[in-house]
Amino acid sequence: MPSPRRTASPPGEPRRIAYLYLLPGFAVYAAFLLYPLLRSVQLSLYDWDGLTLGRWVGLANYREIISDVGLRAAFGHALVLMVFFAVVPVCVGLLLASVLNRAKVRGLAFFRTVVFLPQVVAMVVVAVAWRRIYGPDGSLNDLLRAIGLDSLARGWLGDYALALPAVGFVGTWFETGLVTVLLLAGMGRINGSLYEAARLDGAGPVREFLAVTLPSVRGEIAVASTLTVIAALRTFDLVYVTTSGGPGNSTSVPSYEVYHRAFELGRVGSAAAIGVTLTLVILAISLVINRIGDRETTR
Amino acid sequence: MTRTTRLGIAAGLGLLGLVSACTPGSNTSAPPPSTVSSVQTDASKLGDVTLVVWDQEVRGGQAEQMKQLNDAFQAKYPNIKLKRVSRSFDDLKTTLKLALTGNEPPDVVEANNGRSDMGAFVKANQLIPLDPYVAAYGWDKRYPASVRQYSSYTPDGKTFGQGNLYGLPQVGEVVGIFYSKKKLAAAGVQPPATWADFEASLAALKAKGEPPLVLGNLEKWPAIHVFGTAQGRTTSPDAIKQLAFGRKGASWKSDENLKAAQTLTDWVGKGYFNEGFNGQDYDPAWQSFAKGKGTYLIAGTWLQADLGKAMGSDVGFMLPPGTSADAKPIATGGTGLPFAITAKSKHPEAAAAYLNFITSPDAMSTLAKTGNLPVADTAAQQTTPGLQQDVFNAFGKIVTDDGLVPYLDYATPTMPDTIGAALQDLLAGKATPEQFADRLEKDYSAFASTNG
Repeated sequence: MPSPRRTASPPGEPRRIAYLYLLPGFAVYAAFLLYPLLRSVQLSLYDWDGLTLGRWVGLANYREIISDVGLRAAFGHALVLMVFFAVVPVCVGLLLASVLNRAKVRGLAFFRTVVFLPQVVAMVVVAVAWRRIYGPDGSLNDLLRAIGLDSLARGWLGDYALALPAVGFVGTWFETGLVTVLLLAGMGRINGSLYEAARLDGAGPVREFLAVTLPSVRGEIAVASTLTVIAALRTFDLVYVTTSGGPGNSTSVPSYEVYHRAFELGRVGSAAAIGVTLTLVILAISLVINRIGDRETTR
Repeated sequence: MTRTTRLGIAAGLGLLGLVSACTPGSNTSAPPPSTVSSVQTDASKLGDVTLVVWDQEVRGGQAEQMKQLNDAFQAKYPNIKLKRVSRSFDDLKTTLKLALTGNEPPDVVEANNGRSDMGAFVKANQLIPLDPYVAAYGWDKRYPASVRQYSSYTPDGKTFGQGNLYGLPQVGEVVGIFYSKKKLAAAGVQPPATWADFEASLAALKAKGEPPLVLGNLEKWPAIHVFGTAQGRTTSPDAIKQLAFGRKGASWKSDENLKAAQTLTDWVGKGYFNEGFNGQDYDPAWQSFAKGKGTYLIAGTWLQADLGKAMGSDVGFMLPPGTSADAKPIATGGTGLPFAITAKSKHPEAAAAYLNFITSPDAMSTLAKTGNLPVADTAAQQTTPGLQQDVFNAFGKIVTDDGLVPYLDYATPTMPDTIGAALQDLLAGKATPEQFADRLEKDYSAFASTNG
């Protein structure tokens, strides 16, 4: 929509001065974020081992991502992890938060802290702990044996079908707390009269949840989904510590491939291409999530 | 187009220009290889210099020997000042590349032997060939060829195991079989003298109920040592060397290699390994062996100190037995990380003197005293009877008999991955020996054919 007073300048200092104020911030942003980003894009167009002169290969590194079965599989694993990192925690979080919110339990702060606790621990520590739990002699198998389910006991991280879900479950455990606390905060802001109105109209707890709670926390769900989806797609430490991408290559993920190629194989160009692709995928997915969240919160 | 977008585009273009100004790697000009006519081997005559040394000797006995040797070096040559930077193996591996491409790299670095490390540095002219110093210091007499091959590359960095010498290792390692004497005795089995004995003992031990072999293969590489041990019985050492150094002329799909893979498949089928080995950590696995689980542990001499401490006189070590009791021993093994001299070092002679000092016969006995396995004069060292003696004798024997074959994952930059994943698949029964061999052959031949 064209502004009616395009030529007239707004009151106060001229616009150009404003950019001057932005400059220091922009300089830092450019030096530490834009420059490395562009440099990665440039590197991704080369075949470079990090030591000798790079060779221009154009888009070959990107073509490899599409054609290489192993790399495609890595992106597929990241999508599976998204279910465990984002979808399950949001569902569980919604349930937990609405129960906690409804019940008005005593010591809510205590429960909130307990649920949030995994977030406080560094992911590497979490991974080391879970690696022990999943071990053939780990506590998970001990538990299964104790309740007579010996046949289910196995080396979880060495099982081809179960290694990825096992890694994903750690993500669920890790992210649920964050999601729950976010949603609890959102639910706390809901006006009590809305519930009252719903109850007067004869709504049960389920109806109440669907008609009042869920629409009110859409914004929070969008934020929680964005955070957890990004966490899922860039998972590195968890995979690095628990399985190194194994067994076979059944748990390799893009960010692990970036590290592996850049530092272990000396294929910096290919690593950069994966990194750039991953960035674009993350950007696209979070845009979609925010679009959905935004559209539905504007009432 | 609004002013903002114009500004944004201008800024973007400016940045892009900044970035694209240089091709990656173009600022690392290759210095000409130094030609030394006469080497000054008396370090006290080299004047006042400072050497920056990067090593990864951070654990127990390793750290101890390095400290003792550095102190002795400083005391003997006060004119050379050492600045030591030590990092763990993983940290060193990831930072070394950046350090070497910088303008002031360290003088002496401990670099991993493999293609993606030492090979890449040689190719990029970051390390100097030690050949002039070999003659001056007599290093060729100190180290037999079977040890030197692990630090040798052709100047283009393409051929591993031949060409110039680029580094000197301090310690050696060999993969063999640790065994529990008590467990063998309880089953009424003698320590096997031949490979057939060994396999028979596996069957006998399994018949007693417990899986005899302990393996923790979550990290993927431990199985390489088990496979290498089986392969040493079926395949000729020359063929293994071709494959492991990634040189043309051998094949993974040979009957011998298939037989080795079949051996492992059979062992899994007969239940010789502990359950869930693909999901078991390496460290807890050997720790469980030390606590009395299983009878055999196929692993390297690096576990000697820990296992000796935990098991005392119960544990023994042997080289993988051959087809007959007096057959030439063949075992996977190699050296610790070699010390190399960087091309940009301003004091290569002082650096060479340092290398000579930390690998001298005196240094070797310091290494032995601090619980390490010295790579040279191994059998001549004073040892405590028991495991340490077993290990020293075994390594001394295999070096004298020229029976060391390299780690299979040296072969190509991608081989650690390929073989690690392929072995997990093979052991899990997800791949047949043929599929296993095909997968390795693909990696090996693709590399060997382009590498020339």
